[in-house]
Amino acid sequence: MLLLLIQAFNGLQFGVMLFLMAAGLTLVFGIMNVVNLAHGSLYMIGAYVCAETYDATGSFALAIPSGLAAALATGVVIEIGIFRVLYARDHLDQVLATFGLTLFFNDLVRVIWGSTAVYATVPRFLAGQVHIITGAPYPAYRLAVIVVGFAVAALLYLVISHTRFGMVVRAGASNRVMAGALGANIVVLYTVVFALGAILAGLAGLMAGPIFTVASGMGDSILILAFVVIVIGGIGSIRGAFIASLGVGLIDTMGRAYLRPLFGLFLPPTAADNTGPAVASLLIYVVMAAVLFFRPRGLFPPRMR
Amino acid sequence: MGLGMTALALVPPISMAFAEPYYVDLFTRILIFAIAALSLDLIMSYGGMLSFGHAAYLGVGAYAVGIANAYGIDNEVIHLLLAIAGAAVVAAGIGFISLRTSGVHFIMITLAFSQMLYFLAISINTFGGADGMTMTQHSQLGSLIPLDDANVLYYFVFVFLALFLWMQSRIIRSRFGMVIRGARTNPRRMAALGFPVLRYQLAAFVVSGVMCGIAGALLAEQALFVSPSIMQWSRSGEIMVMVIMGGMGMLFGPILGAVAYLVLEDLLTSWTQYWALFLGPILVVIVLFGRHGIMSLIPGLVRKPRHV
Repeated sequence: MLLLLIQAFNGLQFGVMLFLMAAGLTLVFGIMNVVNLAHGSLYMIGAYVCAETYDATGSFALAIPSGLAAALATGVVIEIGIFRVLYARDHLDQVLATFGLTLFFNDLVRVIWGSTAVYATVPRFLAGQVHIITGAPYPAYRLAVIVVGFAVAALLYLVISHTRFGMVVRAGASNRVMAGALGANIVVLYTVVFALGAILAGLAGLMAGPIFTVASGMGDSILILAFVVIVIGGIGSIRGAFIASLGVGLIDTMGRAYLRPLFGLFLPPTAADNTGPAVASLLIYVVMAAVLFFRPRGLFPPRMR
Repeated sequence: MGLGMTALALVPPISMAFAEPYYVDLFTRILIFAIAALSLDLIMSYGGMLSFGHAAYLGVGAYAVGIANAYGIDNEVIHLLLAIAGAAVVAAGIGFISLRTSGVHFIMITLAFSQMLYFLAISINTFGGADGMTMTQHSQLGSLIPLDDANVLYYFVFVFLALFLWMQSRIIRSRFGMVIRGARTNPRRMAALGFPVLRYQLAAFVVSGVMCGIAGALLAEQALFVSPSIMQWSRSGEIMVMVIMGGMGMLFGPILGAVAYLVLEDLLTSWTQYWALFLGPILVVIVLFGRHGIMSLIPGLVRKPRHV
């Protein structure tokens, strides 16, 4: 039972990281109608710069802003330099150009930091363990990730639905042309939204550093999972992204933890050893396929524009 | 087109004349990817289905050969039939779900499904897991066609490519092809005309998947090695890039694109280990400024601009 609780927390922690990635992707897609494969690169850059700064200075207070700033700067540069041309193009051009960017950034970090994975350390004050309830020790760092993730989600909700900026964002998402005609500066709005997505990706990346490895291409697999999340949640919907990322995080973690022992109940051990992990790795895609089968536009599709 | 195929047919004698057998291997690989690019071109350019998961079928075809080989079946005909059956089943399943959506959903879902197969291949330890499977010998196809001879293998692949190229030119002009092309431009109107659009699209999707599956089987045959990395998502991107580089919807375009992309990659890798550092920006520039591919640079060849 305690183990179940711990696995649930692991699932939540994975889920909030997915949310930080998916929120940026879904915002960028919902408002600019752009597919951005380079979103994973922003995650990677955030992780590398944060790990490097922490390693060099030993100050976490310095490492976090530098990681975020690096992701933000990269995001703004590619938005102004490349995406402004891509907005008018079709999805195919967007996929190819951002695929090229991903190739470039994956090799760029190999040139700067080498091909071997960089070791990111957990900051000292979060190195210990916390008892969620008595007898259930849990790494403080992972708990902090969950807290930060939920805090960011709440903040995002407040900004999007209760501020003037959020109103413009929502207006842009439901009808770009009309929002522009009513006086919203669409060019600036695009850059700001893209920058926001970049910061969220950078945040996810720098928090992921100590949990996963910091390596070239680290952003790609989480990027594809974030795609799964926003497809399940409904592209363009932050609420959908939030619910779907927690769901995907929990299902994936639980599947990996419990399918093998579950299969062991009615299969011989070797068969269970083989099928357990295989089915666990398929689980979220099966969920995605099932959701799409019944709701092709996702669980919470934004209202038609 | 005839010129291009003739040039490709002459690769082995020329590389023999210069005593550079390496180029036969390189061009065998290129032809295999040309088949994959051709298969993607069918659904992407003519059908408007932007599959970002085509490497999945490459993997299914390759694993069909690898797994059959592991069980001691070494007949090439059986290998190819298994690859065809496997790719058809997988493409039908993926297409059935993905075609319910369109646009950006379709791109992401095909990508997600190919990633699913990638992780599935990694998690099954019986078939090599992440390390992949090595095959000890080439498949058998009678003593007349010894596939372990690099030149013979080259022409074996070449015949497949020529066959598929011919097939593709027939498909796009057929009634079936017209329905697919019509559905790209206006699916609602095609449906109103009484065509079951989804069924036609699914059929094209499966044909494309099977072609790519055969490419995968040939890839396994050439490399004598099968691993999940065949299905890596970047591979799907590469196949897409080949189509664009050569020129979409221009029959020979994807083949030219495969040649251009893999030769460029070969040159860059021989020069620096960070080849993607240069390839990435080249790609961005091509997309931003040269949208119609290499084929459009050949004067008198382009009849129509691309519109997806």
